[in-house]
Amino acid sequence: MATALQFPANVSTLNNYNDLYPDWTQREVSTGTTIMAVEFDGGVVIGADSRTTTGAYIANRVTDKLTPIHDRIFCCRSGSAADTQAIADAVTYQLGFHSIELDEAPLIQTAASLFRDMCYRYREELMAGIIVAGWDKRRGGQVYTVPVGGMMTRQPVSVGGSGSSYIYGYVDSNYKTGMTKEECLKFTAEALTLAMERDGSSGGVVRLAVISEQGVERQVILGNQLPKFSTV
Amino acid sequence: MSEEMFPEPEWLSEEVKTGTTIIAVTFDGGVVLGSDSRVSAGESVVNRVMNKLSPLHDKIYCALSGSAADAQTIAEIVNYQLDVHSIEVEDDPLVCSAATLVKNISYKYKEELSAHLIVAGWDRKKGGQVYATLNGLLSRQPFAIGGSGSFYIHGFVDAEYRKNMTKRESQEFVVNALTLAMGRDGSSGGVAYVVTIDKGGAEEKCILGNELPRFFDQ
Repeated sequence: MATALQFPANVSTLNNYNDLYPDWTQREVSTGTTIMAVEFDGGVVIGADSRTTTGAYIANRVTDKLTPIHDRIFCCRSGSAADTQAIADAVTYQLGFHSIELDEAPLIQTAASLFRDMCYRYREELMAGIIVAGWDKRRGGQVYTVPVGGMMTRQPVSVGGSGSSYIYGYVDSNYKTGMTKEECLKFTAEALTLAMERDGSSGGVVRLAVISEQGVERQVILGNQLPKFSTV
Repeated sequence: MSEEMFPEPEWLSEEVKTGTTIIAVTFDGGVVLGSDSRVSAGESVVNRVMNKLSPLHDKIYCALSGSAADAQTIAEIVNYQLDVHSIEVEDDPLVCSAATLVKNISYKYKEELSAHLIVAGWDRKKGGQVYATLNGLLSRQPFAIGGSGSFYIHGFVDAEYRKNMTKRESQEFVVNALTLAMGRDGSSGGVAYVVTIDKGGAEEKCILGNELPRFFDQ
């Protein structure tokens, strides 16, 4: 439960704030969001929605929450937009420096540790839930999750963000080990679509990326091309 | 002195809640209701085998969630009102009537109560029906989920529900949904209670923890 930003969906309140001052002028910009990453044999598939909100206003409806940290390492950002951008920039710098010193491509575990160190040290000031994923030569495709609070753990599949609560059941029931790249892409797109339908802070388009030894392939699935479900 | 050394346990002062998972699904010819069995007061589980599916009439049941006291009281009051009503009309009550009685109480006392009941059953006029009565609204739906555990299975039920499932498929759907929710929600757990209502009556079943389906566990 600690990994997601939880807002009870069934508490409906009228906006009892003074209507002269719209609520989004007071609220922090957050990527209330849905992010997901899945390992497969040979790489990882990562995905995210594209909505950034300030309160009830959508500040950016085509956000790119899949941020490159290195050639074959990406991070998926959720939580406060400012915090996650700042952390990602800092880690990109540190990892670039480390990779030059090492004279080879950095490990995903290294990148995840750098995220974890920063998120844990400044845990009181930050609000960031990050999934680090990529491919390296030593261990292939890996997904590490660094939720709010600053723990780090490796998981074959990980979801995060406010919309993730709604799809735990779906992910638990539909994930199987040994999926192919295409199956992972379909699984991720469907899970993100379901979350976007239920979570008010997630929406827009679905951004996907596949990271493997060959490099990075990015895709966007627009609103009208999203998979359809019978009740949704 | 003794109070400092042995502070009063939290659960004595915490309200008793059925932080829970409840679900009701229509199928062709009836409905299936399901619930978990955990009642918690703060972090302590005060009852691990509570049946949250409460009969309102022979072929009408309701599923309780939220504050345990509030939900049980509403169910008892509506049970009484429905008995009186069915004697007056000399016939089995409609599911819609039961749901409306629940909604009237939920709406009138919405500031004081915090309970969400899902009403489901079978009647001769419209067959199997499921009504959600959250916060005082009344909405007929093909299926409904409620309780704290329901957040985790919104995606699952959206993806897996199909219209016109058979009785068997609906029961499996309900048990799968409950199992997934109990696996993720700390306030849901224990055993799964399933009630199937159709023309012939209501059939109650209890599925123990080790008989529940298994899903991929990380």
